[in-house]
Parts: sequence; structure tokens; C-alpha cells
Amino acid sequence: MVPIIVFVVAAAICVAGALGVVLNRNPVHSALSLVATLFGVAVLFIAQDAQFLAAVQVIVYAGAIVVLFLFVIMLLGVDRAENLESEPLTGQRPAALVAGLLIGGGLIAVLVASTITGKHSSGAKVDPAQANVNQIGRLLFTDHLWAFEITSVLLVIAVVGAVVLARRGAPGSGADAVDAGIPADDFGEPASPDTVPPNDVEETVR
Amino acid sequence: MMLASTLGPTPYLVLGAVLFTVGAVGLLVRRNPLVMFMCIELMLNATNLTFVTFARQLDDVGGQVIVFFVLVVAAAEVVIGLGIIVGILRRRPGATADDLRLMKG
Repeated sequence: MVPIIVFVVAAAICVAGALGVVLNRNPVHSALSLVATLFGVAVLFIAQDAQFLAAVQVIVYAGAIVVLFLFVIMLLGVDRAENLESEPLTGQRPAALVAGLLIGGGLIAVLVASTITGKHSSGAKVDPAQANVNQIGRLLFTDHLWAFEITSVLLVIAVVGAVVLARRGAPGSGADAVDAGIPADDFGEPASPDTVPPNDVEETVR
Repeated sequence: MMLASTLGPTPYLVLGAVLFTVGAVGLLVRRNPLVMFMCIELMLNATNLTFVTFARQLDDVGGQVIVFFVLVVAAAEVVIGLGIIVGILRRRPGATADDLRLMKG
């Protein structure tokens, strides 16, 4: 009985959060809805004996990725509401809904109608006597060692790429900030009240 | 410690399918690049949930290791993607996905 209640509550949180991400017009609200979904998925991870992944999910996704999203939203001042009425590409939204219904309906139909026939594990069997972290760690450093090392290379590339993207422009020319289009007032004395910073201009996204 | 769920895999898989669908529709419908990015995260989470469900169903820790890798790749992807979005939106404030027809900033 308890697992069912846990599943129903977590699934409701997940779906509500997912719908919130899509339907909220304000990106900040979308990011906060995303946190709800991520927590719901973490609860479902715990319900399926994946404790380590649940912790990583909360730390990495809810703790780092969503905060990064919020930082970018605040930094760029794009927390304006999106105008969902105008539709530049005629018929795109109904077509998207139809495509989504087809994808979702197809997936659910396949899941409900079929039985899982996968082969049970022989090499990496879940051992209830051992902690979840031990099992994942052992597998990570034996069977998946190559992928693990490649992942470290990927992270280094991502860090270097982020630095390169953050400061483009000729090095040493001092043109980085100007090149990036930041108004000069942001660095000098506080702007006088009558000059409105460009970020606060109330314009809806076309 | 084992909270072994008495639920079969189907409810989890259906939830994963629903989350994936919502993310896919959001990606197609929304035009704010940041929200589109969040929808991609939704789809990644749906696949993670599916991986964990199959890992439990087939008694295989390998599925959980794959989810670990997906998390790492998603983190790297978000760093680079948000860097690109910041670069674009600094030059052209308020740009939506429709305005970005050129590879040029």
C-alpha cells in the first residue's frame, strides 16, 4: 500500500511540475516547476532502490543545473512573460500537440500492451546485501572504466568551452565587455533614475 | 533499507512516457530558448526514470550506471548550452528561437 501512495504522490508532483515548465509564461516559474519535477523523480529513484542516483539527482540537477538556469535568467533579465498568443509559424502549435499525442499515445500503448522480456543480468546483478553506492562504484571502475575516463575528458572540454564562450573577442584588447554588448553604465557610477536600463524595458517577446 | 517497491514496472514506464511527451511538446511549442532547454532536461529525466525502472526490473546495476553518465553529460550540455544562449541573448536581447535563423550571433 505504501509504495502505491508514494508513487501516486511523486507522479502527481512530477506531472504537475512538467506541465508547469511548459505552461508557465515566466521562465523563473518554469525553472521552479522543473525543481518540483526533479524532486519527484528523485523520490521515484529512492522507491526503486537507487539511493545514490536520487542523491546525485537532487545535488546535481536541483542544486546545480536549475541554479545555473536561474542565474542565466537573472543575468540576462529575460524573466519577462512570453507572449504565447502570436504564432509566427502558422499551425505549428496544433501540429506540435498532435505530434506529442502521437508520441505519448504510441509509447503508452506499447508499454501497456507488451511485457518486458529482457534478459536478467548475469554480470552486474543487484546484490541486496551490498550498499547501492558500492555496487555502482564497482561497476563504474571495472566494466565502465573507459566511459568514465571519457567522461572526465568531456567535462574538461565543457569547462574550456564555457570559458571560451564567456570571453570572446580579441584577448588583450579589453573589448570583451563591450563586445558582449553590456552597456557601459553597468560598470560606472549608478545610472541616473531617468535612464532606464535596457533590461527593465517592458517588452514582451514577440 | 530495501524499500522494494511492490509496484510493477509499468506505472513507472508510463510516467516516464508522459514526462517525455510533455517535454517534447514543450520543446516544440515554446520559443524562449531557456524554456526549451528546460524541456530537454525533462526529456532526459524521463529517460533516466525509464533506465532506473529497467535496472530494477532486470536486477542490473548497469542501468543505474548509465543514468550516472546521463547526468554527467546533461551537466556538461547545460554548461555549454547556457553559454551559447548567454552569448546570443547578450547581443540580441529578447531573441526567441524564431529570430535565430543564422549561425552568426
